[in-house]
Amino acid sequence: MFQIRIHGRGGQGVVSAAEMLSVAAFLEGKYAQAFPSFGSERTGAPVMSFCRIDYKPIRLREPVLQPDALIIQDPTLLHLPGLFDGLDPDGFVLVNSSHQPAGYAAMACPREHRLFIGATELALKHVGRPLPNAVLLGAFSALTGRLHIESILEAIHEKFPGKIGDANDAAAQAAWQVVRETRMEAHATAN
Amino acid sequence: MPVTELKFYQTGTFTIGNRLLGEEDRAGQSAANRANSLNCGHRACQGCGEALGARYAIDAAIRASKGQLVVANATGCLEVFSTPYPESSWQIAWMHSLFGNAAAVATGIAAAMKVKGRNDVRVLAQGGDGGTTDIGFACLSGMFERNDDVLYVCYDNEGYMNTGVQRSSATPPAARTATTPAMGVEPGNRFGQGKSIPLIAMAHQIPFVATASVANLRDLEDKIERATLMRGSRYVHVHVPCPLGWGSEPSDTIKVARLAVETGLFPLFEAEFGALSGHTAIRRRVPVEDYLRLQKRFAHLFRPVVDVPRIAHIQAIADHNIERFDLLN
Amino acid sequence: MLRQIEGSRAVAESVALCRPEVICAYPITPQTHIVEGLGEMVKSGQLKGCDFINVESEFAALSVAIGSSAAGARSYTATASQGLLYMAEAVYNASGLGLPIVMTIGNRAIGAPINIWNDHSDSMSMRDAGWLQLHAETNQEAADLHIQAFKLAEELSLPVMVCMDGFILTHAYERVDVPTQQQVDAFLPPFAPRQVLDPAAPLSIGAMVGPEAFMEVRYLDHQKQSQALELIPELSREFRDAFGRDSGGLLRGYRATDADTLVVAMGSVNGTIQETVDQLRAEGMKIGSVSLCSYRPFPAEALRRALGCASEIVVVEKCVAVGMGGILSMEIRNALSGLPLTVSTVVAGLGGRAITQKALRAVFQRAQFGQLQPLTFLGLNENVVSRELERQRDRRHSGPPAENILRDLRSPVCP
Repeated sequence: MFQIRIHGRGGQGVVSAAEMLSVAAFLEGKYAQAFPSFGSERTGAPVMSFCRIDYKPIRLREPVLQPDALIIQDPTLLHLPGLFDGLDPDGFVLVNSSHQPAGYAAMACPREHRLFIGATELALKHVGRPLPNAVLLGAFSALTGRLHIESILEAIHEKFPGKIGDANDAAAQAAWQVVRETRMEAHATAN
Repeated sequence: MPVTELKFYQTGTFTIGNRLLGEEDRAGQSAANRANSLNCGHRACQGCGEALGARYAIDAAIRASKGQLVVANATGCLEVFSTPYPESSWQIAWMHSLFGNAAAVATGIAAAMKVKGRNDVRVLAQGGDGGTTDIGFACLSGMFERNDDVLYVCYDNEGYMNTGVQRSSATPPAARTATTPAMGVEPGNRFGQGKSIPLIAMAHQIPFVATASVANLRDLEDKIERATLMRGSRYVHVHVPCPLGWGSEPSDTIKVARLAVETGLFPLFEAEFGALSGHTAIRRRVPVEDYLRLQKRFAHLFRPVVDVPRIAHIQAIADHNIERFDLLN
Repeated sequence: MLRQIEGSRAVAESVALCRPEVICAYPITPQTHIVEGLGEMVKSGQLKGCDFINVESEFAALSVAIGSSAAGARSYTATASQGLLYMAEAVYNASGLGLPIVMTIGNRAIGAPINIWNDHSDSMSMRDAGWLQLHAETNQEAADLHIQAFKLAEELSLPVMVCMDGFILTHAYERVDVPTQQQVDAFLPPFAPRQVLDPAAPLSIGAMVGPEAFMEVRYLDHQKQSQALELIPELSREFRDAFGRDSGGLLRGYRATDADTLVVAMGSVNGTIQETVDQLRAEGMKIGSVSLCSYRPFPAEALRRALGCASEIVVVEKCVAVGMGGILSMEIRNALSGLPLTVSTVVAGLGGRAITQKALRAVFQRAQFGQLQPLTFLGLNENVVSRELERQRDRRHSGPPAENILRDLRSPVCP
């Protein structure tokens, strides 16, 4: 089972992100479960969503306590205590940030599993709105290799109809490209 | 042969006797083939204004809808005295659910009929003042707001009579009830702001609103018949004296109802889509004392001394109605 | 067709397939997505022959359903928590009048304190109202149970509550097989009531029944629930034949036949329990679980058969009768009376508190060694409650616990 925990603020599409991940997994013939965790606050308050992906039916209903991947849609949440709780030592951390924030080195995961990407900027460029979720899913695909970009794109189109779907598709693909290139470079440099 | 000249003293009404009128002007109750929707055998008190009003109203609705009528009834005197299980005095399709939901139940019935394509079937909801102005108010307002295709008839006897004469928001000021006893600094019911459901219904701008009284049964029938033929939300508020709760003589029910109209305390008017469209003029105006004296619930206004200020206050209410609804013209 | 959709959506689509004729809705978290979905389907024309009415309160919602059902229309509504309480009078009215209304309960805690998250206190509050109450373990089962519910309700002339955990199921995206219209039509015939409001055949419904007949009426209500005990498994079998999967029924065992310790629970927590059972079985513990689907009627005999051979029964329930203890446990204890076993109550997940595999594991292990208390509140913050209890011993000031806790947190020594 692969477990993802997404952190963000209300209004950034955190819940939709988890849902799209689950749809992408479903399209690949896998079982997936996505669900939110929020309080009663409105836009701007910290929210979490979860996604589990497996090759057999998922029965577990507790929140994701031991994520294999963390997606952080808002860098202002990085200071929140417990944000990285339970992260698998081999886990992935994907942060929506155009620059590397202070203290990132302390993140307890392998360097090559850590990624910062200016998702909001990419979203503004392709979609015209600062909604980073689709972008981050494109990046997720390239970073973890757990879901094909094609599945992610199809999930995006299912969630966002017409032109909005096209725009988010472009944004996600852009992110995917950027991440792949970065990783290939890093790989090349390492070798 | 000597010719007897007939003098019709009460002109403008139909109380001169149905036999002397053309058929189309006769009351529905005069017809041999009347529906008898509320049949005899019910357990109402002697002189019950509500039983009288309901009998006329439902038969009128049955006539207008050609028998295609379903009725939802709120908990209250009418429901209780008409269906002493295992007997029922209703000859029509009738349902009782709860105290506060007659309007909503009727909405549901109307929706079912609509979905089943039975456009000829009309729905009527009825309840007392308690089930309409108090506990049933939310559902009633909701029905009005949606303009659900229901005719709501309220039989207003100004109190919770079924449970032993307690005060409702329709109880007039100074009236004695079991929960507003005639004692203390402010004997009887308090002088509040009142709650006119007809006016509230008009604020909702529904297709038809009317007040009626058992003092003018032909007028009641006429209003119900016209309302039954309309679509959308309609509301008829019927004044029905309760001899037990009001402390009036059972044989005085119609007289007391007429006095309520003739004092101006119960104005007869109608409105369409929120605008007044008609009223019945007072034929011979009387002071409120004439009305109040016949009811023991107002006895404390006259004994041991005449309560001049309170009676004046009640008179002011009557005067206000007369002015507002132009009842002398 | 297999779809990855939100639980609420799956329920909305399944209800729509049942060809409801009147849907009346008042919004309350966490049921909103269900009624919104249905409203959209009616407006778009996807669901034809249905009137969708936005009412002004939950009391009105069920009242409208009562009217439409009495007039012969297949009727549906949904609510939760405070809304269910607000329509309580109508809940009893609907069952008393024998109206086959189907209502979804998106299980949510009842306040005060106000809480929008999941527990079973709401449907529990109506357990004596004469409705059938079925609990879904997954979103697939939630969808399927609605289809079975209409058939069950109309067969017995009794309303049915389909309970699904708020947020945990209603707002979870998972794989659901949504049946086709043909499949549902073949399974669920049109509503043909025995008694209906119709000018062509007038009758009076809802008369006042006095002392001379009331006992008989209630006795017959009680008997009808017994009939449901037969019909529910029968329908589940019929459903399996028609749709090809197990759904509903009275209860379901998981690795239960040779277990010494058996866990009983209702709803989605069974998924986490089964994971925990697998974990403990792998370590050699003889443990299993029973998922109770039909809460009303209460399948005492079936439970006795399923649980009778174990020595430790752990009832995990998302509700508590304040002042008494576990509700489900009490009923289970009753069903198992005379048998040589121990029934322990584990109250868990109140107000949406997460129930973790880790916490369950610890509790099940204690049960195995007979070390479980009769009543446990899972994951209780002992520190917080003991401070408040200590304060109460010193100084008796009235006030609600929630706010009192905050006062104590601010200063260890209260003024």
